[in-house]
Parts: sequence; C-alpha cells; structure tokens
Amino acid sequence: MRGRQQFSIHFLQYLDPQGKLDLPLPEWITDTPLVLAIYENMVLARLLDQKAVALQRTGQMGTYPSILGQEAISVCIGLAMAKRDVLVPYYRDAPAQIIRGMSPAEVFIYWGGDERGGNLNGASRDLPICVPIATQLTQAVGVATALKMQGEEAVVVVSCGDGATSKGDFMEAMNLAGVWDLPIVFVINNNRWAISVPLAQQTRAATLAQKAIAAGIEGLQVDGNDPIAVYEAISKAIQRAREDQQPALIEALTYRLCDHTTADDASRYRDADELKAHWQEEPVLRFQQFLHQQGLWDADREKAMQQRCQQVIDTAVSDYLALEAEPPSAIIDYLHAFLPYALETQRAEILLKDNAIKSQGDRK
Amino acid sequence: MSANFSATKPSQAGTSTAPTRESSGTHTTTEAETKDCVLVEAINMALHYEMARDPAVVVLGEDVASNGGVFRATLGLKQAYGSERVLDTPLAEGLIAGLSVGMASQGLKPIAEIQFMGFMFAALEQLICHAARMRNRTRGRLTCPLVVRMPFGGGIHAPEHHSESTEALLAHIPGLRVVIPSSATRAYGLLLGAIRDPDPVIFLEPKRIYRAQAQRIDNDGQALPLDTCFTLREGEDLTLISWGALISECSQVADQLHAQGISVELIDVATVSPLDMATILQSVAKTGRCVIAHEAPKSGGIGGEIAAQLAEHALLDLKAPVLRVAGYDTVMPYAKQEALYLPGVVDITRAIQQVLAFG
Ligand SMILES: Cc1ncc(C[n+]2csc(CCOP(=O)(O)OP(=O)(O)O)c2C)c(N)n1
Ligand SMILES: [Mg+2]
Repeated sequence: MRGRQQFSIHFLQYLDPQGKLDLPLPEWITDTPLVLAIYENMVLARLLDQKAVALQRTGQMGTYPSILGQEAISVCIGLAMAKRDVLVPYYRDAPAQIIRGMSPAEVFIYWGGDERGGNLNGASRDLPICVPIATQLTQAVGVATALKMQGEEAVVVVSCGDGATSKGDFMEAMNLAGVWDLPIVFVINNNRWAISVPLAQQTRAATLAQKAIAAGIEGLQVDGNDPIAVYEAISKAIQRAREDQQPALIEALTYRLCDHTTADDASRYRDADELKAHWQEEPVLRFQQFLHQQGLWDADREKAMQQRCQQVIDTAVSDYLALEAEPPSAIIDYLHAFLPYALETQRAEILLKDNAIKSQGDRK
Repeated sequence: MSANFSATKPSQAGTSTAPTRESSGTHTTTEAETKDCVLVEAINMALHYEMARDPAVVVLGEDVASNGGVFRATLGLKQAYGSERVLDTPLAEGLIAGLSVGMASQGLKPIAEIQFMGFMFAALEQLICHAARMRNRTRGRLTCPLVVRMPFGGGIHAPEHHSESTEALLAHIPGLRVVIPSSATRAYGLLLGAIRDPDPVIFLEPKRIYRAQAQRIDNDGQALPLDTCFTLREGEDLTLISWGALISECSQVADQLHAQGISVELIDVATVSPLDMATILQSVAKTGRCVIAHEAPKSGGIGGEIAAQLAEHALLDLKAPVLRVAGYDTVMPYAKQEALYLPGVVDITRAIQQVLAFG
C-alpha cells in the first residue's frame, strides 16, 4: 500500500467522427445481425425521441428528457446485456429498456404522467427509472449484492449522467462494488452538461473514468458516439463482472444535442457554435457511414428500415392515445400489498371525488 | 406594506429588522421603485434587494447562476453581483446544505436553492443535524443564518418527485423556521424577513402560483415578520385556515360563500413553524368554527397540529368539530391523476358546509 502509484485512463475509439476506422475491429463485428441491430435501434431511438418531443409540444404529453445524440450508449447497454441481467437505468435509457422488453408506448405513458409507464410490461425485474439524481447507484449495488448472495450468474448495469457523479452516492456505490467484488458495470452518459452546468463546474478531474481508480475498480473512457467502442467496452465489462466478479466503470463521452428536457431552453446558457460543432460527431450518421463502408448498407435497406421503425412508433403512439384512464382507486391501491383498514375511508372519498369531478367536468 | 392583509399578531417581536438605507453594495435604494410582479418575480426582486444591501448574502445552488434558476428566481443575480457571490454548485444537495451551514457559521448569509422540494432529502441530514442545532449546540457562539429556498406543491403536471408538499416533515424539526408565501407581496416581505433572520429558515415557494396574479410591490426592502399569521379577510361565521397555493382556492370559496350570506375569516398561516396560534385562537374565539385546508397528505400534517392546539386551548369556543381538507395519505400521483389528489374549491366548500351545519 505504500508509495507512489501511477495510473492512466485508456480511451477507446474505433470509428472517428467520419466513420473511419482508427483501430482493428473487434471480433464480434462479423456478427452482422448484431451490427445491424445496433443501427436499427439507434434509428428507432431517434424517431421515438422526435415523436415524444412532438407529443409534448402539442400538449399530448408532459415534460420529456430527449436523448438526441446520446443514442449509442443506451442502445449498446440494451444489446450487451443478457436477459437475466438487471438494468438499473436513468431517465435517458428508454432505448435499453425497449430492447429489454419495454413497449415503446410506455415511454409516452410514463412521460404522459401515468404510473403504468413504470410497469415495464410487468415482465422483467429491471428497476424503473429514478428521477432523484444518482439515487439509483446505491440501489444498484444492492441489486448486485442480492444477485451475488443468491448465487446467480447475473450482472447489474447501472447508468447515470455526468452531473450525477458529483453526488456522494456515486462514490459510495463504486466504493462498495470494489470492496465486495460485486458483479456490476457503471456506465456514465457524459453529455457534458447537467442542465446549465458544464462538466468543468462539476469536477477538475480530467476524466470521470478516473474516479474508478479511487474505488479500486477498473475505469475506462470510450467515445460514446462510436457504437463499436461502446458495445465493446460494455460487453467486455459485463463478461468480466459475470466471470470474475469484477466491477467496472465506463465513461461514455457524448454530447447533449438537445435541451435538458422539453422544459429547458439551452440557448440561454449554451453557445450555439459549440452545439453545431458536436453535430459533426453524432452517432447515427457516423454508424451509417461505417455500414456503407463495410458494404452492409444501401438506400433500399435504409428505406425499408425507416419504414419498420416508423411503424413501431405509429403503433406506440396509437396505443398511448387509446389507453383508457386508470380507475381513480389506482392512486391508493398500489400503496401497500393490502389496503390498511385505516385508509378505507380515504379510498371511498377518492371514488366520490372522482364522481364529482366527472359529473362537473371540472375539479373545482 | 400594501394593504391586502392585516397582521393581527398582538406581540410584535422583531424579526423584521428595518433595512439599513446607507447600505454598501451597488444598488441604491433611496427611491423605492414600484413594480407589478408575479410571485417568482417578487422573490427575484427581494434577492436583488438584499444582495445589494448586504454583502454577506450569497446565493448558491444548481443552475442558479448562468441559467438564473430553472424557474428564473435568481435571474440576473450573477450579472449584478458576480460569480463570487452567485454560485452554481456541483449537483449535490448534501453538499449544498453542508456548504451553507459552514458558510453561515463564519458570517456569510447563504441563500441556497434546492431545485425542487422532492430533491431536498440528501440535504436533510445537514439541515436537521446541524443547521437547526448550531446555535443551541454552541450556546450561541456559532449560528446558522441561512435560507433554503425550494419550490414545492402540485398542479403543474410535472414528473415524479416534482409536486409533493412535505412541509410537515420540516416543521417537525425544532430550530428550523418554515415559511410559505401565498402571494407576490408576501413572498417579497417574507423572503426579506427570512434572509435577515439570525437562524435557519426554510422558504417554500408554491410553484403553482409562481406566475399567477401580479401584484404591485414597492421595492422598499420592508420585511414581514416570521411569526405572524396573516388574516386575509375578516369574517364572523367560520375561520378558514390555509397556506401556500391553496390560499387562492380558499379566497374563491370565501367569495362564493359571501354571496350566500356566509362570512368566512381567512387566515394565511404563512409561517407554518413556529406557528402563530395567537392569531388563530383569537379568530376561532370569534367564529367558533374552523376548517383547515392543505395540499399535503392529511395524516401527520400541520392541519393536525393546528386542530390539536384548538382542542387544547379553544375547546369551549368551538361550536363544531374542526375539519381538515387535505391531500390523501398516498403518494402524489403523476400528472394524469393529479387533479384527483389536489384539494379544491368543491372539497373546501363541502367541509365548510358540514361544519356550519353542525349543532
Ligand atoms: C437529487 C436531484 N437533484 C436535482 C434534480 C434536478 N435535475 C434533474 S436532471 C439534472 C441534471 C442532471 O445532469 P446529469 O447527471 O449530467 O444527467 P443528464 O440530464 O445530463 O443526462 C438536475 C439537476 C434531480 N432530478 N435530482
Ligand atoms: Mg449530463
């Protein structure tokens, strides 16, 4: 333990912003269905995102956090995980959740202000998204501990933003993952901004990945707009977590090409030129160029895929808009396993109030 | 200050220190400007006033400097007073609260913003274990003159954790003052009172009415006292007690009942802790009937505390049971079912009619 230690943080990138190759490709690149799935899910994510923003702008949905420009990270999380693994997502992870079985309509349902959007079709044991920043991180080490204690070969993937790394929860969780050798992978979506606060005002650390070193776990920085690098880093980290109980932190460098949420206006605090420059690095076009270079893509395929994705979105929108309102008692029926008798009167009052509202057409 | 309320507190304890006019700072306050302001603008105006007047005041929090706050409450402060006194902090509420305690112990007057009340929980350890106790623990050697501002309450169709009203949690902590304005004028005066108070004050801002009706405000630096309820309207038949955004529904109810010949006395508690029971008891001694309305869940709420004190001190004045109109004892629903949760005009009217019909 004594003495000076030297550390370095590796940066992983295969595709430069023009989709050109920097490094020899990893082996899995020959798995064409996987490669195409990365692309199609990114396109789906972008279209879904556009639709969500449009629904909000037209008053059909509530506040929504766009993931524009950050699609590669969540898509690769979703594709790199095994079904039995557990995802502990944050609010820009709809693409991963959809890959893991959430219906795209649930994105609209959730941000439309309906708790059923957190149901995730009832099928998986993934956690729902966490609104209080960074609180998912300590839960995630709890999930990992449970999986380990129960002897499961499952891994936890937990994500957060760059701002979240300023909270104690982040270091607390990584620290424990190190001490207890937990099967967990931390992924940071470093989109450089936490609402109006740029990363330089969160930390003087040159990378966020190096925070892993203090916790004694592996830390790696990847180009978060290079899907090959992101997939490679996450899938290898998951493998090490599964086989050797080795936790890791992956910092994915990307950029928030959108406002923080639909309630924000980034032009108040962010330089337009900076935004413009980062459009040159966005992941979807970059990966499309790569596919062309590999001879895996052409205009016809692009068109067919766009139509497939559009179909998914259209179905999601009509499912969302057709969804019947929840019964009024739902606001109290899920509070406990059984309604405590002390709450029966209030439950009855809720039903009465709902009737009154409906007959008046006005809560007042 | 302006005359849409009358402060009926008998003792005038001095939390509302008169402002020093020969102040340092850049802002000249010799001639008070008068402006039409909505509540959030009144808060902004009070912050500007006090930063100009008192160089010890600093503003800190997430997105408060460059962005001027997500609700624009701190707009222009950084430009006017510089980034030394208007600080964007890293994203960490525990840090914001601890930092404020430390600053306050050394003579600064931090005004911290917690972006939404739902995100205060990491800050509570510092507020409860330290801010509320510093003076007591050091027998007055160190103090904690800080303000923590947080928007709270429902009705704006926000995502989860952006709509709760957990004022009772804070009011339960001895040593913390909890203040809730219900109009632009009271926001201005109460915030100045909070900043000048020598002890920690939690200042809860009802965001549903942030941009409701504008009021004419003299930017004269006059603080309001922090231990006085405001009787917004005098009446004979029943005392209606509330605070925050719900005051506007209560006023509507009082108007409607007035047209029917029922005279309601409306009290804005405003300083929910410590609670000015003198004003409330005086009113109930006159009316003999009382309804308390709040958005927070009913059980364990401040309504229960007021009702208990009425039972202790006003039993013989009461002609009917005290009723509470409140949120349900359940998690604040997301936007789609929010209206079902929030108490409104109909609920308050029904409770009043019940109390009036009694006995
Ligand atoms: C504990 C807590 N504090 C404040 C907020 C309000 N808030 C929502 S998102 C956000 C910024 C998050 O930034 P970052 O972690 O970088 O994630 P990003 O949104 O950029 O993906 C803030 C301050 C919150 N949700 N939770
Ligand atoms: Mg960010």
